[in-house]
Amino acid sequence: MPNMNPKKTPIPEQEPNVRNKNFEEVSLGYTEAMAKEEAERCLHCKNQPCVSGCPVGVHIPDFIRHISEGDMEGAYQTIKLTNSLPAVCGRVCPQENQCEHNCVRGIKGEPVGIGRLERFAADWHIKNGKDEEFHAEHNGHKVAVIGAGPAGLTCAGDLAAKGYSVTVFEALHAAGGVLMYGIPQFRLPKEIVQKEIDALKQKGVEIKTDMVIGKVFSVDELFDMGYEAVFVGTGAGLPSFMNIPGESLVGVYSANEFLTRVNLMKAYKPEYDTPMIEPKRVAVVGGGNVAMDAARTSLRLGAEQVHIVYRRAEEQMPARREEVHHAKEEGVEFNLLCNPVAIHGDKDGKVESIECIRMELGEADASGRRKPVPVEGSNFKIPVDCVVMAIGNSPNPLIRTTTEGLEANQRGCIIVNEETMRTSREGVYAAGDAVSGAATVILAMGGGKDAARSIDRYIQSKQ
Amino acid sequence: MFSIIEKRKLNDSMTLMVVDAPYIAKKAKAGQFIILRVNEYGERIPLTIADYDREKGTVTIIYQIVGKTTILLDQLKVGDAILDFIGPLGKASELEGYHKAAVVGGGAGCAIAYPQAKALHQLGAKVDMIAGFRNKDIIILEDEMRAASDSLTVMTDDGSNGNQGFVTDALKKRIEEGADYDLVVAIGPLVMMRAVCNLTKEYGIKTIVSMNPIMIDGTGMCGGCRLTVGGKTKFACVDGPDFDGHEVDFDETIKRSRTYAEMEKKAAHDYKCHLMESVENA
Ligand SMILES: Cc1cc2nc3c(=O)[nH]c(=O)nc-3n(C[C@H](O)[C@H](O)[C@H](O)COP(=O)(O)OP(=O)(O)OC[C@H]3O[C@@H](n4cnc5c(N)ncnc54)[C@H](O)[C@@H]3O)c2cc1C
Ligand SMILES: Cc1cc2nc3c(=O)[nH]c(=O)nc-3n(C[C@H](O)[C@H](O)[C@H](O)COP(=O)(O)OP(=O)(O)OC[C@H]3O[C@@H](n4cnc5c(N)ncnc54)[C@H](O)[C@@H]3O)c2cc1C
Ligand code: SF4
Ligand code: SF4
Ligand code: FES
Repeated sequence: MPNMNPKKTPIPEQEPNVRNKNFEEVSLGYTEAMAKEEAERCLHCKNQPCVSGCPVGVHIPDFIRHISEGDMEGAYQTIKLTNSLPAVCGRVCPQENQCEHNCVRGIKGEPVGIGRLERFAADWHIKNGKDEEFHAEHNGHKVAVIGAGPAGLTCAGDLAAKGYSVTVFEALHAAGGVLMYGIPQFRLPKEIVQKEIDALKQKGVEIKTDMVIGKVFSVDELFDMGYEAVFVGTGAGLPSFMNIPGESLVGVYSANEFLTRVNLMKAYKPEYDTPMIEPKRVAVVGGGNVAMDAARTSLRLGAEQVHIVYRRAEEQMPARREEVHHAKEEGVEFNLLCNPVAIHGDKDGKVESIECIRMELGEADASGRRKPVPVEGSNFKIPVDCVVMAIGNSPNPLIRTTTEGLEANQRGCIIVNEETMRTSREGVYAAGDAVSGAATVILAMGGGKDAARSIDRYIQSKQ
Repeated sequence: MFSIIEKRKLNDSMTLMVVDAPYIAKKAKAGQFIILRVNEYGERIPLTIADYDREKGTVTIIYQIVGKTTILLDQLKVGDAILDFIGPLGKASELEGYHKAAVVGGGAGCAIAYPQAKALHQLGAKVDMIAGFRNKDIIILEDEMRAASDSLTVMTDDGSNGNQGFVTDALKKRIEEGADYDLVVAIGPLVMMRAVCNLTKEYGIKTIVSMNPIMIDGTGMCGGCRLTVGGKTKFACVDGPDFDGHEVDFDETIKRSRTYAEMEKKAAHDYKCHLMESVENA
């Protein structure tokens, strides 16, 4: 008999008032007993609606069956068949829009905790499992991958497994992309990301950090160096600003800078040299995962008051539900239907307040979302000493402006054939945020996989 | 890892280092910079490429010891290695097509200014170099600057080299005397660059400045290096570091440059105390 409890088996978490002062992971994960209990909630539906909601088609009921049978390694291996980063996806996938969105248990109650179970299996493997030493035989072909984010790493891993010798070129001093510099430690421990990267190196993937492609080598020079195909997985790292007065004041950050200082440069650890202001009152502008991460990071840096300022309503926030819930529990204040119009500073040019205008929802726009319109004369100020802009990122122009014949759309996203991920240049493939604009880890990985398949086909067809 | 091939002290607070970095040496151009990280715990700091040797595969940097990272860097010896060395970053200076230029350097800025003088000179422009220092004891790169230009004027704030005054005094004098500059390049402290720009604006002479805001990634990812140029937001690491000096909002940049001043002072102070203690305990 399946477990008919309408609610997910609760997952242990650090207490909100404890965790908002440390950088340890918020969620502590299921025990084996909890995982089995939750696995029992799965009805093993014949048509597997959940699977079609997963961008990489994880064999969900299969892996869940392994868990309920107590075969944790089997569960991990099942996930791993289609998903190369289960420990990461179990933690950061927006499950409520994907696999869990389609789960039949969600009709009358809460869906099966697919993400939590995926995370459990992956963590079990990290602790108890063994990775088999596996070296594919070299097939004598070289491929270059630009960018060591989830798209690039997935593409590199799949190609290495097929026998290609793959070199990943990464601009920063560490691999991992947003997983390293953007998503905070308390949501995705960097040790887990590092383990995945080490596993790739084990497979023979070479990762060269400190390499800004477009500056040190162009894409064309990579071909001259003997790489037969190039994969572009450079993400969407260019931060947007609002272009309102006061954005250059001291204490105004892009979310990228704010999070990079803390995550990549570890400003919160005393042994690191990275300077960081210690804000007392912070306003974070935006309603996505990036905004939630910046807000919750501010609390952990010691801020007493943290405000989210978002111009639409809560239902329209693009952030994962769980993150919004966690942020509220930790004490972040939500100023919804508010839009900043200016940031004010003192005589030294330091932020003093953010001025906002209230919004109301008007007619639905082309995307079906009701468009917020300002309420005349409703301006008010929130006193703050720090403002973080988390209103979006677009692809960095460096690769496209240094590669002749590489076509991009108006938003700067590289144009590809959606099936093959091939760009307008022969032998050049692209996927992830560089193609879609800021999206999700799992979509970037899915794209990286598709590209690896096409690159293999392309190189083999040249023989 | 990037090995240090040569190290030379220029004065009490400035050092020249030649670093083995063949890929960067191959691509480097005047006006570009690198970002380095000395060790795992270190900050990423930008330094201008002062020179390069494509054949030997080396890049020369000249740094002023001002805070913790540059103190740490200065403790490395020939044969040691720098952990991360990333470049060449930024746009190369656009120096083609000028006939007569004045290159103005202030203090440590001379290290960045003299490669530009050299590049202008090689492109066929007549180059007057004007360098300013607080006093004669800290004058650096005099031979290099002389070799890179048609004339060199060195000014000191206190007159200790017999030539008292600011670089702007010397520049104004030359312009008044009829030096028909079609370009002025000014590199040094922000207040100096602002003063030069105010002067050249009066005479309508195009002026290029090299901006050095705080940077992290150097690739356009963090936006920390942003400044306002001609009313628009620019990222110095990818749109610069050279900009039209008459368009730069210096007042805003000067304020932003002080963001971490107190923390930096403390980090350097603590670190120096720590060094002193270890010397005393040794
Ligand atoms: C703060 C934050 C929180 C997020 N939270 C979530 C979440 O909870 N769930 C979720 O699914 N998604 C989340 N996302 C989105 C997700 O992280 C991205 O969609 C995903 O990382 C995109 O992967 P990618 O491989 O395309 O690019 P990235 O992860 O951006 O990696 C690109 C890599 O390429 C490198 N690079 C760029 N240019 C060059 C160059 N010229 N030469 C060499 N290397 C270069 C970059 O340094 C970087 O390492 C979040 C994003 C952010 C910023
Ligand atoms: C494009 C560019 C080229 C530069 N070229 C040279 C050069 O050729 N020679 C040279 O001596 N200096 C150069 N600088 C300045 C140099 O980067 C700083 O002196 C250095 O970062 C100081 O680090 P610190 O830890 O020793 O000192 P800190 O105590 O950290 O800082 C001292 C001063 O350096 C500035 N600074 C600190 N961190 C950074 C950072 N990450 N990026 C930029 N500035 C920072 C601070 O505003 C402060 O005024 C350049 C800066 C830029 C942006
Ligand atoms: S990869 Fe993401 S979407 Fe797919 S099953 Fe796992 S958590 Fe769900
Ligand atoms: S839809 Fe839900 S209940 Fe059905 S198989 Fe998938 S996870 Fe199990
Ligand atoms: S240094 Fe980060 S954008 Fe320029």
